[in-house]
Amino acid sequence: MNEITLTVNGSVARVVVPARRLLSDCLRHDLGLTGTHVGCEHGVCGCCTVLLDGDPIRSCLMLAVTADGHEITTVEGLAGPGGELSPVQRAFHESHALQCGFCTPGFLCTVTALLRDNPAPTEAEALEGVSGNLCRCTGYQNIVKAVHRAAELTAEETGPDDDEAVR
Amino acid sequence: MTTKLFGEPIPRREDPRLLVGGGRYLDDLGPGALAAAFVRSPHAHARIAGVDVSDAVEVDGLVAIYLWEDLPDRVGEPLPLLIPHPALTHGRTAHPLARDVVRHVGEPVAMVVAVDRYTAEDVCALIRVDYEPLPPVVGPENAVQGSALVHADVPGNVGAHLVQEVGNAREAIEEAEHTLAFRLDVERSASMPLEGRGVYARWDSGDSSLRVYTSTQASTSVRMAIAATLELPLPSVEVVAPDVGGGFGVKIVHPWPEEILVPWACIRLGREVKWTEDRREHFISSAHERAQVQYVRVGFDSAGRVLGLELNILHDHGAYTPYGIIVPIITSTQALGPYKIGAYRVEFQSIYTNTVQVTPYRGAGRPQGVFAMERTMDRIADHLGLDRTEVRAANFIQPSEFPYDQGLTFQDGRPLIYDSGDYPASLELLKSLIDWDSFEERRAEAAAEGRRIGIGLGCYVEGTGVGPYEGGHVQVTSDGRVHVSTGLTSQGQGHETVFAQIVAEELGVDISDISVVTGDTRRFPYAVGTFASRAAVMSGNAIALATRKVRDKALRVAAEALEADPGDLEIVSGIVRVRGNPTAAIPLKTVAVLSNPLRYAFDAEAARATQFAAPGSPDEPPLKEEPGLEGRDYYSPIRSTFASGMHAAVVETDPVTAEIHILRYVVVHDCGKLINPLIVEGQIHGGVAQGVGGALYERMAYDEHGQLLNASFMDFLMPYATEIPRIETAHLETPSPLNPLGIKGAGEAGVIPVSAVVASAIEDAEGLVISRMPISPSDLYDLRLAAARGEAERTSRSAG
Amino acid sequence: MKPPAFDYHAPAGVDEAVEILAEAGAEAKILAGGQSLIPLLNMRLVTPGHIVDVNRVAGLGFVEAGPDGVRVGALARHSQVERLPELRRVQPLLGQALRLVAHPVIRNRGTVVGSIAHADPAAELPAVLALLGGSVQTRHAAGGRTIPAAEFFVGPLESALEPGELAVSVFFPALPPRSGTAFAETARRHGDYAIAGVAALVTLGPDGEPERAAVACVGVGPVPIVVETPYRAGWDGAAEAVAAAIEPEDDIHATAAYRRHLTGVLAVRALGQATEEARG
Repeated sequence: MNEITLTVNGSVARVVVPARRLLSDCLRHDLGLTGTHVGCEHGVCGCCTVLLDGDPIRSCLMLAVTADGHEITTVEGLAGPGGELSPVQRAFHESHALQCGFCTPGFLCTVTALLRDNPAPTEAEALEGVSGNLCRCTGYQNIVKAVHRAAELTAEETGPDDDEAVR
Repeated sequence: MTTKLFGEPIPRREDPRLLVGGGRYLDDLGPGALAAAFVRSPHAHARIAGVDVSDAVEVDGLVAIYLWEDLPDRVGEPLPLLIPHPALTHGRTAHPLARDVVRHVGEPVAMVVAVDRYTAEDVCALIRVDYEPLPPVVGPENAVQGSALVHADVPGNVGAHLVQEVGNAREAIEEAEHTLAFRLDVERSASMPLEGRGVYARWDSGDSSLRVYTSTQASTSVRMAIAATLELPLPSVEVVAPDVGGGFGVKIVHPWPEEILVPWACIRLGREVKWTEDRREHFISSAHERAQVQYVRVGFDSAGRVLGLELNILHDHGAYTPYGIIVPIITSTQALGPYKIGAYRVEFQSIYTNTVQVTPYRGAGRPQGVFAMERTMDRIADHLGLDRTEVRAANFIQPSEFPYDQGLTFQDGRPLIYDSGDYPASLELLKSLIDWDSFEERRAEAAAEGRRIGIGLGCYVEGTGVGPYEGGHVQVTSDGRVHVSTGLTSQGQGHETVFAQIVAEELGVDISDISVVTGDTRRFPYAVGTFASRAAVMSGNAIALATRKVRDKALRVAAEALEADPGDLEIVSGIVRVRGNPTAAIPLKTVAVLSNPLRYAFDAEAARATQFAAPGSPDEPPLKEEPGLEGRDYYSPIRSTFASGMHAAVVETDPVTAEIHILRYVVVHDCGKLINPLIVEGQIHGGVAQGVGGALYERMAYDEHGQLLNASFMDFLMPYATEIPRIETAHLETPSPLNPLGIKGAGEAGVIPVSAVVASAIEDAEGLVISRMPISPSDLYDLRLAAARGEAERTSRSAG
Repeated sequence: MKPPAFDYHAPAGVDEAVEILAEAGAEAKILAGGQSLIPLLNMRLVTPGHIVDVNRVAGLGFVEAGPDGVRVGALARHSQVERLPELRRVQPLLGQALRLVAHPVIRNRGTVVGSIAHADPAAELPAVLALLGGSVQTRHAAGGRTIPAAEFFVGPLESALEPGELAVSVFFPALPPRSGTAFAETARRHGDYAIAGVAALVTLGPDGEPERAAVACVGVGPVPIVVETPYRAGWDGAAEAVAAAIEPEDDIHATAAYRRHLTGVLAVRALGQATEEARG
């Protein structure tokens, strides 16, 4: 057994895990953060995508022990401190970019990082940005729409002073 | 806030919780439960000679191992055959754990319960099963030869044989001016929701009650099955479908073995037990669909009118038939589409093979039937040198001809009578949206650039909202909240939103006061399930009827309190008032209090309500009808309502690499009155995407040994965003005359014609006859080589 | 789909890592990015007695571009290498290939050295290393060695690495003068392993015409297939040379014949693009 320390959604968590515990299972079952979903456990579907030190990764393809000392953001950590939905979350709602909701946390984490690195993606960039996540319900059209809508919402909130930086 | 919500594209009410990780899917429940895992057969067909658990029992954390022999009589019996049919003369279902023989790779042989899933899998790896391989039967054409048998007592591997005929099709074909005959193939795919199946059971030994959570499309029926199999009183069993991460048909089958075994083990062990299906299990133990070999013979006149059609189907139903022969029956009946076919004969054989069982996957036999009919229409057009849309138009049922009786028996056992539709208008809209008439110019432009493009279309009619019934319950409580429940389940269709829209509109309350619960037998114990594009039609109408009961009662009670005539009252934003006299008003929540003669002042509303309470007559009992402002009602249609749609696509095929790209995809859809256009569009997008998967990417690749070669998301090619074209949609709204809301189902629609449409467009681009789907670049390349050798059929247009 | 139990080691330095590897021998698997290893563990297709997690080993997360080429440490992630500003100038083929490796999320975690060591003949990076004539630097308890690419790839998922040996870095030689590169591939879905793929390197003569050209082919043999491709007023001869050298097989995604055809087409395309690049 290994004692590890993770900073998850801004809170420090100490947890004792066997070496083989997948990060996805650690988040879900040891820390109770069940918003991170597990759809294939071989790294293809993207449901388990979380942010590791800010970058999206597959939590089913990482041992929890390897994540010791790192910062993790899950879907539970995307909303604002008062629980207000993030621009990406609001855009998904407005655009009807989710149906059963199972793949949604992975998309939200992926898109959050995508827009941080590229605040105004082109159509091709938006498509490429979500192309590593499977969704069986939506046909993706509204997800791509939500990426653009989230970019708009973020730009609106960033305000005119930051426009230069955005584009 | 407006209460006019029916037809409005309001964003979904289930989203806020799903967007913050607040969904409760099966594996999110029961954090302390024991974990189950299964030893599954690695052989397609084998006799179990023995099972050695001697190493397995040494594992720390093991709680129990169960084999078939360990199951009590009732639990060990074969699983039920849900939908028997006289033509299914040799129906066979599996035992929850294999008894003596395994009949497909993935069939469960042993159940392991341990402290966690990791340990349970460790134990599974140490259980040694001694298999004596038997000859595997793979592919329906091999199977029907009968040289090896899946079930020793099913000769020729034929489970069912059914012929339906209207008129004398063979004679009509013989006498027709033109005839064509050809073969069509559709390969296997699967529903493949991103959340697999899962079951979690809790037993309360204090009161001997069982609660089971299962990722199902039919919680009420799972409850009945568990109670019957475990011999528990029905009131002691509750079944809840929590948030379900997609279904698409595979979760309508019930009970799955695990839905019996997990609750049984839970009671036996006195501990909570949970099983969460993993992706590999899902590939080899949950159901597949689509595989059919179809032979068409058609006779037609020079205008392209079909005079006689004969369809012969070899349906591969895998190792077992728990869901009967619904899929080939649907193919048989829905192949007719929007057309008047002079005489029709359809015959199918449903064949056992040593592969995963086949049960409905979104579309449920319709994609295959539409593939048969639409390929036929294209062949007729090509044969006669007519435009493909002209041939279809020549065969359409006209708007004046509804109700139109196709003369067959549909999946619900009722006559196949179409209720309404406007097929010529659909086709005109489709043609204008895709610029059908100017396509030759675009083809020429593309050709000038060395590019090869083609256009195709496909039409379908979908029987939706099959019975027998659904129910709804609506209750207004003294806090003004409106609680709505229905028994059928949700897997992403937005029921919490659309049912609330219906209630808001019918009752005159703000949608924010309404909450909707589905799939929880504690709230509504009677239901059929969510499948066959039936939820909105069935539960939507049932809830509307229940709401009308509540409204009537509210008006009666309010009228008494206001000393008015119920007919003069209206409900606006939760206030009952006299039309034209807004001061004479009473809130619905007060009416809720008044609806119960016993009103202890638990809340302010109850205290306040006493002022309205009319003194009862001393000669009458205080309770005149059921207490409470609530209503329950059921909707039971005389038969299905028939939605329709037409799709068209422009594809580009690379002349060198044979890669296939969909450049445009257009959908015209008619599901009657739309409750929420946003949600209907979402359903269409998702359906088309699954259709594109089935047309170009997805197939279950079994080898001759019955091994599934691509049981992972790496090799079973579900499309990503990059593989799905932008989908352009337009709606017609031809109301259904059959139900109070005038609606038709929309859930499956998108997927149904896609293979036919894409095949039509590729055929048009290539000038090569396409008769097998899905088609990959490698397949198209091979087809081109075959054509170069004179071994593949060219269209007349290209040959000419 | 949960990994089997194993003994876990998280060495802090290379010396410690190779000591552990020496002791564990063939029972050990090295975990870096894990994007290939962990799926195999989850499916229990491999059941190593020991996992040596090198993610905490100091000094392996580097990527350096110099005049000779690009050296990538064992912990440099694909995305980190992709972002290296000098990459386009020093060795553009590496960036061209990295963009085709799976999806961005996988590239955030997967390592270049891990991909090379995994020696999947369908993967892009082994082809790049083979085409450029790069090398793999290793350490083991008794020292270390440099393995040339030509000797490194032995068979499908099989490299020249011995038990106890840790690949610490790989070296991709710089682009020669008057040269250009390209990577062309066709996959069933965007981001999938290629049905066929071709990396090309073209060097122009003083007359501006291709003087030397070679390709490395992906997914059509047990290892990346490197072929010298002559330019004879066009690349037709190149397509023939490629078709003669590769050994494609049928699988569920494509026939051998299609792969052979496609590889020829892609070779011509990649060589053409590389020539354009060389001409700048």
